[in-house]
Amino acid sequence: MSTTLQPPSPGIEAKANYLNADYGWKSWLFTTDHKRIALLYLFSITTFFFIGGAFAVLMRIHLLSPEGMFDNDTYNKLFTMHGIIMVFFFLVPSIPATLGNFLIPMMIGSRDLAFPRINLLSWYIYIFGGIFTLMAVVRGGVDTGWTFYAPFSSTYSNTHVILAAVGVFVSGFSSILTGLNFIVTIHKMRCPGMTWSRLPLFVWAHYATALIQVLGTPVIAITLVLLGLERILHAGIFDPTLGGDPILFQHLFWFYSHPAVYIMILPGMAVMSELVACYSRKRIFGYGFVAFSSLGIAVLSFLVWGHHLFVSGQSMYASMVFSFMSMAVAVPSAIKVFNWTATMYRGSISWDTPMLYAFGFIGLFTMGGLTGLFLATMAIDVHVTDTYFVIAHFHYVMVGGMVMAYMGGLHFWFPKITGRLYPEGWAKFAALVIFVGFNLTFFPQFILGYLGMPRRYATYPEEFHLLNVMSTAGASILGVGYVIPMIYLAWAWRNGPLSPQNPWKAKGLEWEQSPTPPPTFNFDTPPIVTEPAYNYSGEVEEEAHG
Amino acid sequence: MAENETVLATHSPGLQHHFDDSAQQLEASTLGMWMFLVTELMFFGGMFASYTIYRNMYPDAFASTSQFMNVTIGAINTGVLICSSFTMVLAVRSIQLGRKNATIAFLTLTLVLGCVFLVLKYVEYHEKWVDHHIPGPGFEYADLRYGRQVQILFYLYFAMTGMHALHMIVGAGLIVTLIVMTARNRFSAEWNTPVEMVGLYWHFVDVVWIFLFPLLYLIGHTS
Amino acid sequence: MGSFSIFPERASTSAGEVDALYGFLLLVGIGMTLLIFASVFFFAIKYRRKSDNDRPKLIHGSLPLEITWSVIPFLVMLVMFVWGTKLYFQNYTPPRQGTLDIYVTGKQWMWKMQHPTGQREINELHVPLGRPVKLILASEDVVHSFYIPAFRLKHDVVPGSYETFWFEATKLGRYRIFCAEYCGTDHSRMTGWVTVMEPAAYESWLSGGSASGSMAEQGEKLFQQYGCASCHITEAQGRGPSLRNVFGHPVVLEDGRTVMADEAYIRESIQNPNAKIVKGYPRDLMPVFQGQIDEEGLLQLVVYVKSLSPPAPAKSAVTAKDVSNPGRAK
Repeated sequence: MSTTLQPPSPGIEAKANYLNADYGWKSWLFTTDHKRIALLYLFSITTFFFIGGAFAVLMRIHLLSPEGMFDNDTYNKLFTMHGIIMVFFFLVPSIPATLGNFLIPMMIGSRDLAFPRINLLSWYIYIFGGIFTLMAVVRGGVDTGWTFYAPFSSTYSNTHVILAAVGVFVSGFSSILTGLNFIVTIHKMRCPGMTWSRLPLFVWAHYATALIQVLGTPVIAITLVLLGLERILHAGIFDPTLGGDPILFQHLFWFYSHPAVYIMILPGMAVMSELVACYSRKRIFGYGFVAFSSLGIAVLSFLVWGHHLFVSGQSMYASMVFSFMSMAVAVPSAIKVFNWTATMYRGSISWDTPMLYAFGFIGLFTMGGLTGLFLATMAIDVHVTDTYFVIAHFHYVMVGGMVMAYMGGLHFWFPKITGRLYPEGWAKFAALVIFVGFNLTFFPQFILGYLGMPRRYATYPEEFHLLNVMSTAGASILGVGYVIPMIYLAWAWRNGPLSPQNPWKAKGLEWEQSPTPPPTFNFDTPPIVTEPAYNYSGEVEEEAHG
Repeated sequence: MAENETVLATHSPGLQHHFDDSAQQLEASTLGMWMFLVTELMFFGGMFASYTIYRNMYPDAFASTSQFMNVTIGAINTGVLICSSFTMVLAVRSIQLGRKNATIAFLTLTLVLGCVFLVLKYVEYHEKWVDHHIPGPGFEYADLRYGRQVQILFYLYFAMTGMHALHMIVGAGLIVTLIVMTARNRFSAEWNTPVEMVGLYWHFVDVVWIFLFPLLYLIGHTS
Repeated sequence: MGSFSIFPERASTSAGEVDALYGFLLLVGIGMTLLIFASVFFFAIKYRRKSDNDRPKLIHGSLPLEITWSVIPFLVMLVMFVWGTKLYFQNYTPPRQGTLDIYVTGKQWMWKMQHPTGQREINELHVPLGRPVKLILASEDVVHSFYIPAFRLKHDVVPGSYETFWFEATKLGRYRIFCAEYCGTDHSRMTGWVTVMEPAAYESWLSGGSASGSMAEQGEKLFQQYGCASCHITEAQGRGPSLRNVFGHPVVLEDGRTVMADEAYIRESIQNPNAKIVKGYPRDLMPVFQGQIDEEGLLQLVVYVKSLSPPAPAKSAVTAKDVSNPGRAK
């Protein structure tokens, strides 16, 4: 935080921008500038990322030996808090609240989001929720798993379930408000000429994300309220000995939490479209298909939650429908991957760091998505659900996909945000380390899963030892991989060379019509759009896509 | 920043710096409010879904609770809320016509009706307390045929009406704010978005009650 | 660390089939991944930026291509879907006849098995080779999941209901049982072994007998103890329906529906009698036993009710030993 609170070094002060417009903690904590709020979010989620990451490192250390390093309760708390913090306090807000917050108004030519004060409020709510969750951590932790399954969480666990649930509940409202703000902004704040068919795909994907946030998050909120009350009253709503149905909790939970994984991945896809277009110097192949596949994913995401319950005793015919829908949702994801790849065809491809992350995303997300089909195939799911196969699949999508895109986006827009360039050599090195570390960590887990090692096991049979050691070795590389960018980006923020307005020669209002770093109201002159998105070939033309 | 926005405004006191004109701002606010209400709908939807499932599972136990629900108070409260929606509409209409005093009068009337609802709700909750119908360790139910199943209905009753009452309290707070702002001449025939938005919210909360009343009070009276 | 394989042992009829489907998915998955990786690498090298002034030509999208790469994956997925669904239904639907029924109760943090003949085991399960075995799973506390990787099968064990799980072992040996649904502190120690034996060896293992009598006998004691017998009179018309020849037969309900009387139905009728009222009997007559009888007791009651239905027309006398195979009555 200190880097931004102080005036930047001389030289950059030549021009007024959002960073030097005002100084002092008040100008940050009471700001309504979407760019400053995005930075507040950036620092907060980075903090949570490293807290969640620390838990992950401890887990992997624990699993170095079959008997474990800590006792079982400690391990159970570690994976629970890793899950809660990473899912609700890093993955869900990550790209939307930072890059989305920063860029959406600029990309559509607006001076701010529609509701700047609500935007600030959402950050405070997020921090407030985070404090509750961290309190649960500090006071001894939670051991229910991030899924809070009843009746374990409502009756049997004797850890700080309510505190953690309140934290998740509260932070949910932050997510709802962000989504609401995006929807209204994208509908009502577009500048002259910015038609829907000219919107950058970044904006389209965030629009789809926002729909899920607004429609899904309230359901987890009320579910957690019911769970918390049940824990206090023991009235039996999820307790079968009193007539309740524990499976109902799972339905309500996944009704949000499956769409929530699309809240996490769609913004990653948003970033991908921008990176691939810019570093291939090409309009995204099949713009309309990529745009509408985001909406398709958003809609279908609400119809697939039952694939988490194939082995729970849910009606086999219901399972059949959910299996079909889960496979159907893979089609729009596949469309995106094919279109990004096709965009590179006959492009002018730069190997700058953000594009390296994009390569990583395409490959790893493909693997994550395809293994998702394994889990949607019911007979396979019966064997691999609740094993490390699921863990590997989820991390290929979330870390291999989402976090790769996040890192790529962070590098891509780093000059825009800070006005400075990051050290390219270090960045490439870190990208490589992350890629190698990631695969070494999670690929063995696919094998472990099919061999039958259940997830959330504090101890495990000897035959799984070798693969666990490999995974831990990978995790140590991955951990280092995440610390390197943290260091050089912080360094470059103060000491990097000054960036020109458009260092990547990228298209889009945020690069072409706004100074770098942008002024408080984003544009010196009101922006006007006269060409389709990603018009890298310089051909001014309008065409009907999708 | 909020102060700066007012200073920057050109032709309307409520126009914020980042909007081009009042029309855009009003559209944005309205859309935002509707999205918020969709969120609310999903929020209550989770409870309605649970209710549907359990009522389907334990129809007899659920029906047996009707005799302990105070239908009279429930019905009066339904009337009170419908009236308050009506006065809310009148308040919005008055401010659109620029009639400050009428606006304050109708808002106050809405607030009073809202408070009547909450007081009656309190009376009901107190009855439940006396009858040991609060879910939890002290729960007792005269009809032993259903074991603990009825407790689930009372749990849902308190969760749903409690959440609804919470929304009423928030709404009442918003109306107090509106009254103060109206008195301070913050609204005019040209700019009165907050009144309209709170109006939408108030109607939504009323509509939720219109569903809660038959579902919770009249189950045993259906057949 | 032993020898290395990406497949666990195959010890049931379903294992090979699941592996075959998995092999198909692996093929598709690896093929697709290679295709994408190869294209990305090829394009990244072939079209690497030569100069900062490169201005590649605009390529419009291509509708035929979009349709191709939407429809082909969709068709491949249809194959996965149909294959996977078929196998799932097969693996989750026990044969209607001839299964050996064993009763499993999960509780924090152990598996308790009851054989109909009365043998009890903890974290051990003995089954015969080559015969379909049906497990009736119950939980005394939280959600567990009964998982045998060598059989490629698992099923959640949900408190408040019965789940069934069936397999036919094809290979002698000892295979791991895991709890796959997180259930608290010693979740990772809620493991055990299933021992597949020659049928003859299994029979002699069974004949070891049990001190407290068969499950049906124990169930009958509970039946008397809870006063069930005062209304459900076996040989005559009582206040409640007679339970003779109920299990495994269709039951007509008050509202005209017909349900099959299986383990879950018997359990539900004890726990929540009003859920399904037999035609001709009043509602609200029988007390609700939810939360009153523990899961093992419930299972014994269920087995007792099962024993009241003669196993097969061929056999006339119902003895404790025959109860070991009541599934035949279906």
